[in-house]
Amino acid sequence: MNKKPLNILQLYPQDMNIYGDHGNTLVISQRAKWHGYTPNLLTYNPGDIFPDTVDIIVGGGGQDSGQDKIQEDLLSIKERLSTLADNGTPMLMICGLYQLFGKFFKTQDGHIIQGIEILDIETHAGTERLIGNITTHSSQFGDIIGYENHSGQTFLGSSVRPLATIIKGAGNNGQDDTEGAVYKNVIGSYIHGSLLPKNPAIADFLIEQAAIAKFGEFTPTVIDDRFAELAREHALKRPR
Amino acid sequence: MPKPYTILLGKTVRYIARLRGGGSALPGLFVERIDPQFVAETLAQLPQGVVLISGTNGKTTTTKMVVQLLESQGMKVFTNRTGSNFVRGVAAALLGEVDSHGKIDADIAVLELDEAHAVHFVNQIKPRHSLLLNVMRDQLDRFGEIDATARMLEHIAKATTDSVTLNREDPRVAAIAEKIETASVNYFGLGQALRTQFPSDDDMHGISQKLTTPPDADVTLSSFKDDIATFTIDGKHITTPLKLQGIYNIYNAAAALALVRSISSDIDEPVLISTLAAITPAFGRGEALVVNGHPLELVLVKNPSGFRLGLQSFSPDGYATMIAINDNYADGRDMSWLWDVDFDSLREAGVSELSGSRAYDMALRMQYDEVTVSHVETNLSTALRHFIAANPTIPKRIYCTYTAMMTLRRELAKITDVEVIS
Repeated sequence: MNKKPLNILQLYPQDMNIYGDHGNTLVISQRAKWHGYTPNLLTYNPGDIFPDTVDIIVGGGGQDSGQDKIQEDLLSIKERLSTLADNGTPMLMICGLYQLFGKFFKTQDGHIIQGIEILDIETHAGTERLIGNITTHSSQFGDIIGYENHSGQTFLGSSVRPLATIIKGAGNNGQDDTEGAVYKNVIGSYIHGSLLPKNPAIADFLIEQAAIAKFGEFTPTVIDDRFAELAREHALKRPR
Repeated sequence: MPKPYTILLGKTVRYIARLRGGGSALPGLFVERIDPQFVAETLAQLPQGVVLISGTNGKTTTTKMVVQLLESQGMKVFTNRTGSNFVRGVAAALLGEVDSHGKIDADIAVLELDEAHAVHFVNQIKPRHSLLLNVMRDQLDRFGEIDATARMLEHIAKATTDSVTLNREDPRVAAIAEKIETASVNYFGLGQALRTQFPSDDDMHGISQKLTTPPDADVTLSSFKDDIATFTIDGKHITTPLKLQGIYNIYNAAAALALVRSISSDIDEPVLISTLAAITPAFGRGEALVVNGHPLELVLVKNPSGFRLGLQSFSPDGYATMIAINDNYADGRDMSWLWDVDFDSLREAGVSELSGSRAYDMALRMQYDEVTVSHVETNLSTALRHFIAANPTIPKRIYCTYTAMMTLRRELAKITDVEVIS
């Protein structure tokens, strides 16, 4: 029985997976199941055929070598992803793919790595690595708690809004107190840990948007999130 | 030869630090300050030079094996036994061994060094032989990236003068061979049947970038079942029982054999193998204690690949399981790694106890793999007592991060009827 299927696409899991990004896919998939949907996990790697029906897209962080491997392929599916984003497909892009969903990444030696311009952001290689526990606040999702580890500094343009403002940590660039970026239902963020397990409100938002787009409605089940609450409480007490 | 006052002062600081019950860092730090050349000058006396062992997983167990294997061949070996695998720890260990003139009574030094510290070490002291075990995701918040860690190992290999022993099955380590100019290269590897049991981080994510024609390995672990291992050494099959537990420890034995064979060409093989058969695991690496008449095993987990291998190596059937996750600096602060481990194997038996500063991150991880958790308690001492009391009649196993293991060992030592059998 394939009741209310939701196609969850993991973008470049071979090369962009370094910070427990599998956790985000797992959480979406399990919560979708608990909410009464049938999650179909799909993967897209360089050279694959892009699936016809995609309801949620998740992408993660990679090392420099991983980003080099996928960059060209990403540009080749740019139109497809842009159309999906413009039509409201929910997406979550962490770290490396957050950067590449932007306009460009400028490396230390001035080299420009072209992004796919879904998010109006630009990223410049920084000299120091921004590492540590991070707490932010979002009017939509409440406190967002996790861990950051990046050297790129990202600056937002006018057609995106920040996902959250910084309470503790560095965020997009360590300067303007913003973290992440949102365009329609596309969320970009530097937070891992993984992001979704300790911030289930974001997972449910992505599932809700996908369900409404596909089935016209979303009726959530009550999920026991006590462990998430306690994990958040304890995470807040940990040093940077 | 190091300066005499360094030795005198250093030994004094070491003596005082020991009286205070402190660790090895302080005297090492002290000696580094007053005589930066102490370690280099002392090690320079060794007729057979310095052997360096590095990599993400298995350094301590492998070093222990290499030391015992070399001793079985009649060598006097100096090593940094305390597990203090920083240059400072080496300085502290040397202080304990040198006489008042700074002379050290050993033929060879076998040192276990953390990748980042090894890079600094080889800039001062060129190892004659090195063994590079693996590069895995470990505490990325410390080193930044896995490729950066691989470059550290490459730096060690380039600084090595005589021979470098590499893990053929780790693509990042095997690739270092192309960069080596001076030293000779030999490999340890796995037989075809065992290769699938060692998922690298890349394999886990579906990458298969194996070399098309793998180089011949000097020592291959061909098979391992019920504590009996078969190694293929220079084309010859040798089967032996082992006291080591867990397939990753057995693979480290292949690494140790390959390294020892590159150090000495004059090996008494029967003695070598019988020594290997008698080696017990290093502490926290499948180490077995006895609590109230039942075994309690401590399994150190530091990164996703190590955790996966641990879960694969030890069957949960008939065991009560506890997992203790701390997030101190030595453990790694980022909890992302827990999400790269698959806990399905624990689903049937469930987990009896979760503890550590990140016990609830672990509980959350269990929830998403639908593994039942009986009890969560962040305080390690309270959790340990509860775990033992709740499971009085069956063997127990605790998977724990580094600082959690240190605390649990201290707590276990306080409990009566604890007998250290390894």
